[in-house]
Formats: sequence, C-alpha cells, structure tokens
Amino acid sequence: MTEVFLDPAPSDRPPPRLEGEYLRLVRQKRLYSLALLTIFLLLLASGFIAADARNAGGFWDGLHRLGDFPSEVLSEAWRNRGAIPGLILDFVPSLIETVNIAAVSTLIGALVAVVLALLSTRGLARWPRLTTLFRRSMDAFRALPEVVIALVLIYILGGGPVPAMIAIAVHTAGALGKLFSEVAENADLKPVEGLTSVGASWGQKMWLGVIPQVAPDWLSYALQRFEINIRASAILGFVGSGGIGYDLKVAMQWGQGKYDQVVAIFLLLFVTIVIVDQISSYYRTLLVKGHPQ
Amino acid sequence: MTVIGTAPARDLRAEVAHLFGRRRRMSFLIPALVLVYLGYIFFAFDLGGLAGRARMDNAATLLSDFWSYKTHVTLDARSGAVSVAIEGEAKGLYPREKWPDWVTETDGIIRIDLGRGSVVTYQGDRATFTIPGSGDVVIERTPDGVTYTAPPGFPADRISASDAKVMVTGPQGRVSVSRAKTETFRYSPGWELFFFTIDSPFYGKGPLDLVTLAVSGERIDPGQANLALMASEFWNNRMWHHRDVAGALFETILMAFLGTAMGAIIALPLAFLAASNLTPSRGVRFGMRRVFDFVRGVDALIWTIILARAFGPGPLTGALAILITEVGSFGKQFSEALENIDGKQVEGIRSTGANAAQRMRFGVIPQLVPVLLSQVLYAFESNTRSATVIGAIVGGGIGLLLTQAIITQKDWEDVAYYILLIVLMVMAMDSLSGWLRKRLIKGGH
Repeated sequence: MTEVFLDPAPSDRPPPRLEGEYLRLVRQKRLYSLALLTIFLLLLASGFIAADARNAGGFWDGLHRLGDFPSEVLSEAWRNRGAIPGLILDFVPSLIETVNIAAVSTLIGALVAVVLALLSTRGLARWPRLTTLFRRSMDAFRALPEVVIALVLIYILGGGPVPAMIAIAVHTAGALGKLFSEVAENADLKPVEGLTSVGASWGQKMWLGVIPQVAPDWLSYALQRFEINIRASAILGFVGSGGIGYDLKVAMQWGQGKYDQVVAIFLLLFVTIVIVDQISSYYRTLLVKGHPQ
Repeated sequence: MTVIGTAPARDLRAEVAHLFGRRRRMSFLIPALVLVYLGYIFFAFDLGGLAGRARMDNAATLLSDFWSYKTHVTLDARSGAVSVAIEGEAKGLYPREKWPDWVTETDGIIRIDLGRGSVVTYQGDRATFTIPGSGDVVIERTPDGVTYTAPPGFPADRISASDAKVMVTGPQGRVSVSRAKTETFRYSPGWELFFFTIDSPFYGKGPLDLVTLAVSGERIDPGQANLALMASEFWNNRMWHHRDVAGALFETILMAFLGTAMGAIIALPLAFLAASNLTPSRGVRFGMRRVFDFVRGVDALIWTIILARAFGPGPLTGALAILITEVGSFGKQFSEALENIDGKQVEGIRSTGANAAQRMRFGVIPQLVPVLLSQVLYAFESNTRSATVIGAIVGGGIGLLLTQAIITQKDWEDVAYYILLIVLMVMAMDSLSGWLRKRLIKGGH
C-alpha cells in the first residue's frame, strides 16, 4: 500500500541526478543574489552622487568641517559653564511642555487606536462590512507626517502646544491602530464565544474577553510610541511651535552668544530621552516577558 | 485528605476575592488618574482660550483653496486697464482675446457673470454687485474714499468697510474696492492650469481633443511630435512646477534610502561587537552599547542641526542625519537579533567540522538575514516620513516645498497638492516595503 502512495507511476526513467540539480540551483541562487547586490550597490553609489550634487555643500568639504560647530558651541559653553545649571532650570518648564505634548498625544492616540483596531480586526469587528473602511482610515492617519498636520493647524489655531499635540495624536492613532490590530488578530476567541453565549454586548465582549488578553502587548507598544513621540514633539517644536524645540530654534537663531542655552537644551533633551528610553524598555520587557531582564 | 483539601481552598477564595477587589479598585483608579491628567492638560495648554485664538476664517480659506481656485478680475484705478488672472498672478494672466466667456466688455462697461444670477459690473469708479434675492450693492470710489450703498436688510456681516477699502461677499464670489483698484474674485472648483498654463497651445482643450492631437493631429511645433511637446509643456508648467515637485519627492526618497541603507551597513559590524554571544569581551560590549545609547539619545533633531552646519542645506545632509540616527537604533535591534539566534543550528554546523567563518556563514547568517531585512525595510518606510520633517529643517525635498508654501500663507492649493503627494508617497513606500519583505524573506510569490 505504502509503495503505491510513494510511487504511483513507476517508470523506466533514470532517477534525476540530484547532485547536479542541486548544484545548478545553488549556482542560480548565487547569481540572483549577486545581481541583486550589484543593483543595490549601484543604486547606493548613484544615490550618493545625486544627493551630493544636489546638496549646497559637498560631502568631502563638509566632512572636516563637521567638528567646527560642536567645538564652537562647546567652547563658548565651557567659558560660561557657571551659567549652565541655571539655564537648565530655566528650560525645565518648556521640557515639561514637550513631555506633556508627547504624553497626551500618546494617551489620546492610543485610545483612538484601541477603538479603530477593534473595529478593523477580523472576527472582532462590530460591523464586519466596515473593517476595510477603518483599516484604510488608519493607513491614511499613519501616512500623514506629523509636520504636515502641525503646520496646517498652526495656521488655523495659532502657535502653542495644541497643534503639535493633535498632529502627533493623529499619527499615533494610525500607527498604534495597526500594531494593536495585529495583536488582536492573534487573540484567543474562546473567551469571546463564552461571553457571546451568555448574551454579552459587543462592548462587554471586548472589555472582558479581548482587552485582558492583549493589554500587555498593547501597553508595551504604547510605551514605545511614547518614546518616539517625545522625539517627535521636540522636532515639531523646532519646525513649528511649543515646547523645548521652539526654545532651541530661538537660541540657535541668536547664534553666537547664546550657545550656552543651546548646550543646556541639548543636555536636557539628551537626559530626558535616555531616561524615558530606559524606563520604557524596563517596563516593556516586564510586560512582554513577565519579568525584568 | 479533607483537612489537607480545605485549608488551601479557603486561602484560594480569599486570594481571589482580594485580586478581584484590587482589580475593581484599579479599574476605577486608572480612568480617574487619566481624567485628572487630562484636566491638568486642559489648563496647562489653555484649551479654554483656544476657541478665542482659533482663526476660523483661515480655516475657511484653507478649505476653499483645497478644492477650488479663484480668478481675479481687476480694474486698475489709475490706468483704467482691466486684467483677468487666475489667483491674480502674472503667470495666470489671460490675454485679452482669451478672456473666459463670463467676462464681457461692452461700451467700456465690464460685466462679470458669477453664476446663479450674481453679476458684477464695473462702470468707471463704480462697481455694482447684483445678488439675487438681496438686490444691488453699489460701491463707489470717490476722491474722499470708498463709499457704498446696500439695499435695506442686507446682512451686515457680508460687508467689511473702511474709508480705504470696501469688501462685499456674495454667495458666488467677492468684490473688493480700494483706492487703487476694483477687484472681483470668482471661485470655481478644481485646480486650474494643473496640466497646461494659458500660454500653452494645449490650454483649454478637452481630454478627447488632446488624444486626437497626440495621435493624429497636425504638428503644433514642427520640431517635435505633439506628444513630446505636451509632455514638456506639462513638465515645465510654470504654475504648478511639476518638475521641481517631482525632483523634491525624489530627494525625499533619496534621503530615506541612502540614510537607511548606509545606516544598516554601518550598524551591522558594530552590532556583532555588542552581541553577548558573539563578543566575549565585556568591555567592548558595554562600550558599544553605550555608543548606541548615546547616538539614539542625541536626538535626530540635534544631529540634523549639527550636520546642517557642516554640509549646508540639501538632501545629503538629511541622508546623513537619518544615517546617524539609524546606526543607533539598528545597532540595538541587530545586536538583540544576534543574541536571539538559535544555537542549535550553529552546533549542527560545528558537528560537521566547520570552522568559525563557515559557522557564521551557514549557521548564523541564514537565521539573521530575514530578521534584519524586515527591520531595515520597516525603517525605510518610516524614514520616508521622517525625511519629510528632516527636509523641512535642513532645507531639502518635499518638506522644504511644503513649509515654504505654508509660510507664504496663500498658495493653499499647492499645500493641498503637496500633502496629497506626501500621503501617496508614504503609502507607496509602505506597500513597496511590504512587497519586498514578502518577496525577499518568505520567498513567496
């Protein structure tokens, strides 16, 4: 019986020369890899040449000027080193604003993302026909860079932290929504079925059946987003309004004479980002693995 | 048996009850904390005063500019000359013989038909705005200033008047009379001159005419085929600058590509030095990790500023800024991926008598490549978005065009165009990176 299954049509054909076939495939694969690598390197080289040509200053000229600006800034700051602790204290309120922008936008974005993710996950959606709609809207939210929304909103709402907050929240809702929905897709549906059998509403099924399963992963993603959003909020301040990024831009515009402020802001930003990174990565391993590293 | 069985059962019930109680308390405490925080933000960000500061008229201009354009019909008070121009720009000026049919001149009286019964007539220094259902608003330029007479019951918020300027807004358009000129704005849907400007031979032709011209028509310029002329007229459109915009998009993608690819290439060997299972020296490992932390901690913003000082504005500066940031994050991710490789495969290769290089090549690399590629492709997609922001700071790519268009505060149709292009670009990169991930990693079809 088994022989019939293994070889349904025995023939007189000689067995294929496995070794030759294998080597041929290996050669073919190697050729493909080589061709891909060549294309990639060519793209890289021509891309570099194109970028270099379109840049105001060339790469090789700029390379040895790289240290000029940092050394200029640092030497001036070193001369005024006594003033720096005071300056750092002066900029703490702006830093708090930057962190607040990131925190609020992560919070609001994550809440919107929860709703969007549940509505667009197969098997969980409230209205299964509309999943595509919610998914596409998440794609659109994610595709809009924060700076676009922020600049348009600054024109309408004026300066301040609110445009940056809305801009980051919109992007966060899209980005987290996608990740949340990927996690929710893998959730066990048995608790949901159980809740359905006792007549739970959609909200109850989600709150009691799905959220407890996915909460650790979701929280971990949200924490990572908070890290990203702190950086985004600093950058948006520089381009548009609000927070420590704006102070940095003003200090930079003054140029020489205000470099001690620039250094104070650099230091504050650096320390904040490192601290938030450390805290968030500690809690993320705790959430996902159940124990700290 | 019974004694042993009941004692833990009682504990269990107490424990469960305690857990439930804690959970119930948490489910009230956390929303309460969130609410308190949002309340604090409400005051810290002055959300209450926002309504007063918001410029809803700006929002209205923005929205109307997004989907429509306006044509200015201007009467110069000093020379008496009348011009019809799209957005009032010289680039959009209609020559006298090509005036749109809604502007007519008879016996020195200019008649502008705004549609739906709204008509504006210019007669010397007097402009009459006929609005159906309301009556005629007459605005006159006198040596003492600009005066107007409105029919009784005309809504006051549609008129803004001072000695120097009177502006009346109707349902179909707007008339403004100042000491220097009389001007009517007529709004029409669409983005005018998107394909061809008025001076182009293809202006005002329908799609069918254009196809006929391209396929079989007489050559307009004997030097080249109609299709080639059409392409160059579109490409060099002076109103929408398609060539510059395409160049800017290319710059943005270039920044993301160069930065991501070079970042990955530089980060890979460094990641080997930071992985605990491949680099035995604790000191090297510790040092490498601190380097990654430092690079990631000094934010992309700061790197961008430092680099812009050395290399000047342009896409190369943006690419380098992305490169440096990515070295930090790739270094961390790659070294974690290296630490997570399965030792069994390496062991299997070792059992066949392979040396260290062969173990790397056949034991480590095949496990590593899919993970790294997928991380790099994800980063490429997200860096396309970052390149827009970085472009706004260093002055390159579509980010620069966008910020410039927003700063001038009048070319909102350009802003809408750029936003649309950015969104399409990011979505295209998203699908490209997803497609490549599938192709290269799963080997799927």
